[in-house]
Amino acid sequence: MSATAAPIIVFDKVNKWYGDNFHVLRDIDLQVQQGERIVICGPSGSGKSTLIRCVNRLEEHQQGRLVVDGTELADDVKAIERVRKQVGMVFQQFNLFPHLTVLENLTLSPTWVGKMPKKDAEEKAMQQLKRVRIAEQANKYPLQLSGGQQQRVAIARALCLTPKIMLFDEPTSALDPEMIKEVLDVMVELANQGITMLCVTHEMGFAKAVANRVIFMDQGQIVEENNPHDFFDHPKSERTKDFLSKILGH
Amino acid sequence: MAAVFTPIAPRPAPIKTTGAAAWAKKNLFGNPLSTVATVVMIALALWLLPPLFQWAVVNAVVRPDADTCQAARGVGACWGVIVEKWRFIIFGRYPFDSQWRPELAVILLTGLLVVSCIRTFWKPWLAIVWIAVVPVFFWLMGGGFGLAHVPTDNWGGLPLTIMLATFGILFAFPLSILVALGRRSNMPAIRTLCVLYVELIRGVPLISVLFMASFLFPLFMPVGKSPDVLLRVLVGITLFAAAYLAEIVRGGLQAIPRGQVEAAATLGLSYWQTQRKIVLPQALALVVPGIMNSFIAIFKDTSLVTIVSLYELTGALGLALNSDANWRPFKIEGYIFIVLVYFVFCFAMSRYSLWVEKKLGASKNR
Repeated sequence: MSATAAPIIVFDKVNKWYGDNFHVLRDIDLQVQQGERIVICGPSGSGKSTLIRCVNRLEEHQQGRLVVDGTELADDVKAIERVRKQVGMVFQQFNLFPHLTVLENLTLSPTWVGKMPKKDAEEKAMQQLKRVRIAEQANKYPLQLSGGQQQRVAIARALCLTPKIMLFDEPTSALDPEMIKEVLDVMVELANQGITMLCVTHEMGFAKAVANRVIFMDQGQIVEENNPHDFFDHPKSERTKDFLSKILGH
Repeated sequence: MAAVFTPIAPRPAPIKTTGAAAWAKKNLFGNPLSTVATVVMIALALWLLPPLFQWAVVNAVVRPDADTCQAARGVGACWGVIVEKWRFIIFGRYPFDSQWRPELAVILLTGLLVVSCIRTFWKPWLAIVWIAVVPVFFWLMGGGFGLAHVPTDNWGGLPLTIMLATFGILFAFPLSILVALGRRSNMPAIRTLCVLYVELIRGVPLISVLFMASFLFPLFMPVGKSPDVLLRVLVGITLFAAAYLAEIVRGGLQAIPRGQVEAAATLGLSYWQTQRKIVLPQALALVVPGIMNSFIAIFKDTSLVTIVSLYELTGALGLALNSDANWRPFKIEGYIFIVLVYFVFCFAMSRYSLWVEKKLGASKNR
């Protein structure tokens, strides 16, 4: 992939407020190339989740331009629909649909939004479940699975859209320590398959292993961005050093 | 020194836990309070049941003979009044010789209701059957196309009760869902409209809604152009029930985490797809007891239409006995009879609700 290709996500001076006074995103400038894997970290309340939630318009920005896969996100509903077809998302709390089986969770969007025949959708779903190594649980309900399994189902569900971009919003923060690895393993595999990833996480091992770029945010601003090697070994700003010493300190 | 494992042979438990005596000891005399409660209940039963049995069975008169009933008054029940008047109680003022029509109509509608409650039959053809049965119901009741015309004033008794309850529920439930969704809408106009509707309707008694539907509404219509009283009353019941149901549904909607809607949005589902496939199935499952509560209340509230001269089951009972001096004293027996009829329907609804709850709980069972 050439570096001159048009970036798949462009934030151009994006600003967002919650209410009148909470300025959550401040002059965000960010370009993401196709196939890039970006890890976003920062203290809580720094705007990192809001940043990635703007990409599929779960949050709307109020100033600046945000272009995803050639489509500018504004109030145009059709544009939002188009972007959401290209963007898969994985949440901290999994957000699986508890009244549907694992398989139904996966086939819901392909059959209802993609108008795919049920049989094809199920076939595709099973492929994705195999990909996250959980095919044998297809007919169970989400609450019958462990947290790690549920998160892998959530990843498979997002993959059923065949998205160009995957957003991960603290995917391992709600998991028991021993389940974090099984989810990270799946994410590493995905990363190696060349999908564009934006990942909010504090798993620095994961960042070192797969990220092209690490972004550090604080108070709604991008404080520092760099390749993982330089980010962890030679952080430029004092704020970053302080943060890293806290999360890597023990 | 190696430890040696010596298995212990199984022995029976020291206290017997099965059998009637063990059950009674555990459930009836388990602790002092339970023992007292049991003794009090047995005493009450011994005190109340024998005289009731005397009145209702031993001294009862089953023959439809007013003189014998008169003689037994005070010591024995007069079930003869039901034998004599059951047609009037069940079918109201409907012409006697056409009685097979409401009979058939009520069997059709009730049968269809029962079938519709069973999930196996939730297929497209069920909707077609409904579309076919409803006109047949009104044709049988009202006449036309070869059957003698019976004006709605003369419809009465159980068919009327079932009809008002069925169509009241059938129209009120979808309306309540729309109103509940509307109250949570982002659009202020829709939200305000729904809030106004709910608050206005909840602020007045059902009787006044029925009065308005029956007497006030025609005043605003051109003479002779007013829709049938039955239709007006049905609209009144529907609007009234929907306001209450809407608040129950809204309670369920509030319990659904925002993450569910966000996940649906990221999967590309539209607003209506999200509500239909994700939010409502979960929200309604949570409020099944409340919904069924309302359904049962609607079923019994239909008795209020008596005040606008529609004689459903309760009204027909009054009509049947008040119009006949010989039988007028035996209202208690008549009321016991319709209590049983109401109970059969309401109990069936309540058991069905429990069954639905159990079914829907399946996904939550680990």
